[in-house]
Amino acid sequence: MNHAADLPIWATLLIALFLLIGAGLTLVGSFGLYHLRSFYDRIHAPTLGTSWGTAGIAIASVIYFSVVESQLVLHQLLIGVFVMATTPVTLILLSRAALYRDRTENNRDVPPLHPLRNLPQASELEQDSMATHKNAGEEQK
Amino acid sequence: MNRLFPYPLLIILLIITWLMLAGFSVGQFLLGTLTAIIATWGLAALHPAKPRLRRWDLLPRLFAIVFYDIVRSNIAVAGIILHGGRKVGKSGFMTIPLDLRDPMGLAILAIIITGTPGTAWIDYNSARNILILHVFDLVDETAWLNLIKNRYEYLLQEIFE
Amino acid sequence: MSATILFWAVTTAQIALGIAMVLALARMISGPRAQDRVLGLDTLYNNSMLLMLVFGIRTGNSLYFEISLIIGALGFVATVALAKFLMRGEVIE
Repeated sequence: MNHAADLPIWATLLIALFLLIGAGLTLVGSFGLYHLRSFYDRIHAPTLGTSWGTAGIAIASVIYFSVVESQLVLHQLLIGVFVMATTPVTLILLSRAALYRDRTENNRDVPPLHPLRNLPQASELEQDSMATHKNAGEEQK
Repeated sequence: MNRLFPYPLLIILLIITWLMLAGFSVGQFLLGTLTAIIATWGLAALHPAKPRLRRWDLLPRLFAIVFYDIVRSNIAVAGIILHGGRKVGKSGFMTIPLDLRDPMGLAILAIIITGTPGTAWIDYNSARNILILHVFDLVDETAWLNLIKNRYEYLLQEIFE
Repeated sequence: MSATILFWAVTTAQIALGIAMVLALARMISGPRAQDRVLGLDTLYNNSMLLMLVFGIRTGNSLYFEISLIIGALGFVATVALAKFLMRGEVIE
């Protein structure tokens, strides 16, 4: 808080607004992660924190450092860009792993396995692939 | 030209990133340019499929639409979570047949869908071009189908195919 | 005046992010399954990254930006590795 005294009031209000939006959305997202019932519901909750949660705090940081150092400081926005590009990778990998684990346990709540990529008769029947998939699961046990 | 600068757009983006992190000066600009060119040589040695952008002019429109949708769905999802006792069975899986084939377009579609709160990309079958989504607020299935197909996929097809 | 507003905004944001970290940690500990724990860990990383950015505003020191960049990079790699492990490590026993 060393330089806070000489900040203009509009900058302070903007910083406070974006900070509270960002932190509030992150808190709501984490609350949803804790509160929601199933894994596939929970996977939606952290995206609140990674979209506008991160964006709000990064924008507040950009305004603060730009005003304090009286030049445009943009590098905090890079965090937003990196998070925006990396979150889909982690979430897609994680949800695919969860789907795979649920399918091998024959969980009825998840959609059945679609034919694998390179099988010659892959596009025939969904029922078939489900049956072979079940057999494979039993053999593994 | 092609040997020396295999990915001109990527070189420009890397230089901008470098200058944002290190601060602008002539020395940093030269160092960043050198690093960016060497890095793109490394990328070219991997022979990735080169993306083709057909319609540059539609990119700002896509960004504007995605920005607006992220703001809107942030508010919607935060509202649902805060209203606490949400009814069981309102969220669910959706299967969507896609027409988009371009790998770059599919990657951007994945970023849009996962980055927007409320929809999650679960699985994609490249042989049959079928996408499995999980939707947080699955009240009106046709509305979501309409959103993905007409709002995002149509634009991405225009841009990349 | 503006120092007071900024002080309270930063403090509120830090408390909110602290509670968010506790909630993510609770999900990580309580599970019930491995993918829930990995998702909790990912959220914990992201929340601590944001907390470091807010610390940067509080102290006026831009060094915290670099800390949060490193936390973000480590969190990405950790989650990808764990998701890959869930996919391949446990199921093929």
